[in-house]
Amino acid sequence: MTSETLIWLIPLPPLLAFFLIVLFTNRNKALSHWLALIAAGLSWLAGMIVFFKAVNTEGLSEHPFAQSIPWLPTGNTSLKIGIQIDPLSTVVLFFVAWTVLMIFIYSVGYHNFGQPAGKHDRKGLPPEGAEIKDKEGKIVHVPSIEPMYSRFFALISLFAFAMFLLVITDNLLTLYVGWEIMGLCSYLLIGFWYAKESARKAMIKAFLTTRVGDVFMLLGLAALYSLTGTLNYQEILGNPAVLEQLAGALSPVLGLSWAALIGILIFIGTVGKSAQFPLHIWLPDAMEGPTPVSAMIHAATMVSAGVYLVIRFFPLLSAGWEPGGVVTTPMLVMGIIGAFTALFAATIAVAQNDVKRVLAYSTISQLGYMIAALGVGAYAAAAFHLVTHAFFKALLFLGSGSIIHGMEHGVLHTGEHIDPQNMLNMGGLRKKMPVTFWTFLIGGLALSGFPLVTAGFWSKDEILSGAFTGGNMGVFIALALAALLTAFYTARQITLTFLGQPRTKAAEHAHESKWTMTLPLVVLSVFAVGAGWSGIPADFPGLGGLIPNWFEEFVGSMLHFEPAEAVHSLVPLFTSLAVALGGLALGWVVYRRLSERVDPLEKPLGGIYTVLKNKYYMDEFYQATVIRPANWVANVFTYKFLDQTIIDGVLHAIARFGVWLGNGLRNIIDLPLVNGAGDTAAATTRGVGMFLRSKQSGRIQQYMVIAISLLVLAGLVIYFTVGIS
Amino acid sequence: MSGLQIVFLIVAVVTLFSGVMVVASRKMMHSALWLILTLLGVAILFATLQAGFFAIVQVLVYIGAISILIIFTLMLTRRVMDDEHPQVIKGWWLPAVMAVILFGLIAGFLATWEDFQVMLNELPADAENLAAFGSALVNPAGYVIPFEVASVLLLAALVGAIYIAVERKEKVG
Amino acid sequence: MIPLSWYLIAAAALFCIGLFGVLSRKNAVSILMSVELMLNAVNINLLAFWHYHTQLQGAGQITPQVFVAMVFIVAAAEVAVGLALIISAYRRRETPVVDEMTLLKG
Repeated sequence: MTSETLIWLIPLPPLLAFFLIVLFTNRNKALSHWLALIAAGLSWLAGMIVFFKAVNTEGLSEHPFAQSIPWLPTGNTSLKIGIQIDPLSTVVLFFVAWTVLMIFIYSVGYHNFGQPAGKHDRKGLPPEGAEIKDKEGKIVHVPSIEPMYSRFFALISLFAFAMFLLVITDNLLTLYVGWEIMGLCSYLLIGFWYAKESARKAMIKAFLTTRVGDVFMLLGLAALYSLTGTLNYQEILGNPAVLEQLAGALSPVLGLSWAALIGILIFIGTVGKSAQFPLHIWLPDAMEGPTPVSAMIHAATMVSAGVYLVIRFFPLLSAGWEPGGVVTTPMLVMGIIGAFTALFAATIAVAQNDVKRVLAYSTISQLGYMIAALGVGAYAAAAFHLVTHAFFKALLFLGSGSIIHGMEHGVLHTGEHIDPQNMLNMGGLRKKMPVTFWTFLIGGLALSGFPLVTAGFWSKDEILSGAFTGGNMGVFIALALAALLTAFYTARQITLTFLGQPRTKAAEHAHESKWTMTLPLVVLSVFAVGAGWSGIPADFPGLGGLIPNWFEEFVGSMLHFEPAEAVHSLVPLFTSLAVALGGLALGWVVYRRLSERVDPLEKPLGGIYTVLKNKYYMDEFYQATVIRPANWVANVFTYKFLDQTIIDGVLHAIARFGVWLGNGLRNIIDLPLVNGAGDTAAATTRGVGMFLRSKQSGRIQQYMVIAISLLVLAGLVIYFTVGIS
Repeated sequence: MSGLQIVFLIVAVVTLFSGVMVVASRKMMHSALWLILTLLGVAILFATLQAGFFAIVQVLVYIGAISILIIFTLMLTRRVMDDEHPQVIKGWWLPAVMAVILFGLIAGFLATWEDFQVMLNELPADAENLAAFGSALVNPAGYVIPFEVASVLLLAALVGAIYIAVERKEKVG
Repeated sequence: MIPLSWYLIAAAALFCIGLFGVLSRKNAVSILMSVELMLNAVNINLLAFWHYHTQLQGAGQITPQVFVAMVFIVAAAEVAVGLALIISAYRRRETPVVDEMTLLKG
């Protein structure tokens, strides 16, 4: 089988699994998860074969694996769909295949496969636990299996399909298709426990917020298609003539060039999907879904897709930019938004107590890093951080799921009414859950950029040095501060969760999760460490050059210009060392001896803490400025004013006028004059009045008559004024 | 006026008249029978256009399948088919006016087109070229995707129709 | 040797008759029949233009034929689903009658 054929086949198994589960195996839980697992495994296998073939191919960026077929004839041209694997999609495919497979395996354990069904479990709610009799005949509470187990695997398979599709495609059209399927799946999975009010709200919020970005992105795609006549990557991004032309042509908006305008529009799509400020609000709420979904959204798929898109479009975004020169408008926007988001989200994460929410804000912050890296032109560094982040964030999310699981077990066992996700209720889990602890520690250290051993250090260091050599001090300082905060809240999280003494009874009775959950943790933690070694900069003191900087060579070959020779400086290196170690130490010191269930920073920080805890009141801000006005307009203006007052009023007025006219005719003309003829006229006008009044009937035909009438009216106007020839 | 034109005029008048009867007759069954006549007229119009294949398909699909389906439905739902009262809504004259004006508009717009009065000459016998049509339907460079989508649509309609119309046991019991 | 205009006018007339039926008939089956009239009018148009273009540009005008075939397919699908809906709705309304019958029997 040729590589091309194999690439076509990568996304298909999960899609097939989705249909099979939905149509046939919905009732059989074991069969459903086996289908999904086998599908993910097949995709993983195909992905790995393609990965190794791609890595061993010389000049992959000039001659990527590509193939396309015409799909939809439109007039003289036809929209094509196709596949393309170049260095960038190769590395993305690598981490997507691994994380997806691990998340699938993890889901089996997370949804308590093999446990009895709970008596009170309902569809649409998290399982509450079941009562069984143990050997001595005592009734014990154990976790119960998810009631909608098959549905979960069906949806998550579809999700995986969309992500694979997005990665292997060679054009924006299919990318957009995958993008939107993921939007749908995230909606369905965030609201997986749809009987919970908060989950319903979160799903709508996620869908609508990302939609705002998607609409702008669609505008960008439409503009791109109408200007270039193609949506293929190679024909747009691999073609300097097209890029030059786009960068030179002036668009009608704000004096931007077309390249800049399209770049910004596409970037807004990423802002929505990758949860950048100001559209970041959906991501923390997405925690309402089951934890594997959070890992899926935050590491393997959704948010990575957004960053992948801008990395993919970097040649367009940077059209007209020379390394070391003045950055283009989209890059400037990306630098500012990315750096701001990185810092902004990191500060919020410091004051969150929910173990998943901390990770959610940390995701936003890390995505800000990648965006900011692109903003300063550190192309390979952004891609590198995307890969390493995917691994350690998937690890952290799955780890947090394992923690929650252990805590829930404790809660079930003790019957204590506490929030199993609140870190203040934990403590001392290190001894209870050793595997989770060590893997979580590795993930946490990678996230905070613990020097030399973890992947996060290398990618973050590269971004920082990119920002430093790019000469953008504002971005550099913001990112360095964010890195300090990242290390701080990671240390806080690990200390609160695993170290010290248990602060609740439930935490005392927590215990390690099953192997289906811990195995993915172990695998991912290998990558959280090892993925970094593929990208050690050649000029790094001591270690540089021991292992070739494969990643930068491989992915960097995507760009047509040579990246500027990095002016080597030790400042970013020492900065990243200092912030990582300093933050970690600080976090450990502050939270080391916590015994009360109160954050020790709450008092000294006072008002600032409250602001952070409430996420800078962003939700309230949107509530006040967008949602409430929209509701108001819908209710007061459209419904009460437009519908009830104007439209009804006009109709009633016409009706009344008709009646009045009828009466008038009757009284003034008919009765005194010709009675019979007058009566008929009055009856007719009254009929008209009654007829118009009956327009508000809700009958579809009458609405159609109105629509056709307007069409006819418009036709008449055109016919008598403009004509067509 | 040639013979073909006379044939056309007769067929067109019959078709349109029966079309009017379809929407105007009070009894549903009469409507359906008039519909068959209309469809037959349309088939003859296709034939005068030298689209023999579609004329046959028209007879097979529309008259052979669709009208029969409609008549079956009429017979199955006889009891709720209230044939006594008027079959049109109360304010029927407004749609009538709209339809007439719309017809005038279409004719008016068409009349401004320079080729409007062009004569349709007799085509060579192989003009319909069914082989090319057939291979275009299964050619990836042609219309294979619309064709496949249409097949899926038909399948979905089939499944959907069965699902909707199937008699559920619990409803009966 | 028939002018193109005749076909177009006839098709327009048939379309408007169908439109009137859709807008004014009460019965769902009648509406469906009227929709069929409209679809047929469109097909006449498509084939008339197919003839016209074949005459101008020679044989091999595939697109209009494909469209006509699509209209056929869509019409068939629509009728199948529409009639199934009607039967299903009919059955709902029939329920009281069924009740009556059991009452008489008992």
